[in-house]
Amino acid sequence: MKVNVKVNGQNKVFNIEPGDYLLDTLRKENYLSVKKGCDNSSCGVCTVLFDGKPIKSCSLLTAKIEGHEVITVEGIQKEADKLSDYFGAEGADQCGYCTPGMALSVYALKEENSNPSDEEIKEYLTGNLCRCTGYQSQHIAIRNYLEDK
Amino acid sequence: MKINGYQTVKSLEEAYNLLNENKQNAIVAGGAWMRLSSKVIETAIDLSGLELDQIVETKDTFEIGAMATLRQVEKQEGLKELYNGVLSKALSKIMGVPIRNVATIGGSIIGKYSFSDVLTPLVVMNVELEFYKKGIISLEDFLVSKDRSKDILVKVVIKKEEAKAYFHKMQKTGLDFAVVNVAISKKADTFKIAVGARPSLVKFALEAMAFVNGAKEVTEEVILKTADIAGKELKFGTNSKASEEYRRNIAMAYIKRGLREVIK
Repeated sequence: MKVNVKVNGQNKVFNIEPGDYLLDTLRKENYLSVKKGCDNSSCGVCTVLFDGKPIKSCSLLTAKIEGHEVITVEGIQKEADKLSDYFGAEGADQCGYCTPGMALSVYALKEENSNPSDEEIKEYLTGNLCRCTGYQSQHIAIRNYLEDK
Repeated sequence: MKINGYQTVKSLEEAYNLLNENKQNAIVAGGAWMRLSSKVIETAIDLSGLELDQIVETKDTFEIGAMATLRQVEKQEGLKELYNGVLSKALSKIMGVPIRNVATIGGSIIGKYSFSDVLTPLVVMNVELEFYKKGIISLEDFLVSKDRSKDILVKVVIKKEEAKAYFHKMQKTGLDFAVVNVAISKKADTFKIAVGARPSLVKFALEAMAFVNGAKEVTEEVILKTADIAGKELKFGTNSKASEEYRRNIAMAYIKRGLREVIK
């Protein structure tokens, strides 16, 4: 079956099987910033924005994106670059595998709540796991990014 | 899970007919939990185009479309006040925002998932389910019903009531399913006590409820006895997450805490 979707502002038509999940479709179409980790809705490295809201692409059937908009980290390049500067300043990146998904969640948080409390930041990013940093440096970097320090 | 065909329908009638055309046809709600299933779906029926994702507040109710996401329900302002916001708080602890943006209230109810953190707080509230053909059924009746006929959940209706409630889930990590969860409500002098993830489907502690509802005053002694009765009457089980004994003791502890909370 075919699905029509806008990805990072460009109209696309994907040929898919009815049971395909968005993560596999995006990677097959060379959106390789969308990482494959647990593949069971736990780790968050496959996070993308679906109509502006963060979702785990391993948990959404591709057929459901018909007529909708998907954004990967390339679609928020300017904000991702800015965030990566804050991450770099705090040593908040190590292997970087979780970073695209986390960047998209942070971007969505900023759109939804531009002045979140520390607790709201933690709560919003619960679904994005990082096995390198221990989260503290990321939390500081995200706080600084949101406050544009 | 394997899906052989996919159909986005234009009406509930079309969806209902398609659903009953083949016993292997099934409704796709959010689809977040479908991966956990090993079943084969001949035609997946998508209700996305039917505007069933609206939440409407009326004078006496909140009417939540079955396709509303858990995140929509969690963020609905009015529901944050109902039963001192127990549903919003319970939903906010499910997985993370990205999953709650996919999983729907209807899918979370209709699956009767034993691990559900949606059913446990809902069942201690006054909730009715509106099905396309079967009409209105209380959530309590739905959970114990053996009716296997296929129908479409259209909306979830929560009645506005002056009541207090408590919910707690025990989990190993922030993203894990509950090891056990407990919800308690108090409307006037009537208590409801429900325990889920035992690890089987949520159930009322009926004997404990009868005891506490029959007490002249809910003293500390009554609270301890109520938890003890609930611990004895409910069946718990052992799986990879926890033992039967652990679950029983945790449930009893949170029933005590919950009762103390709702009588404040």
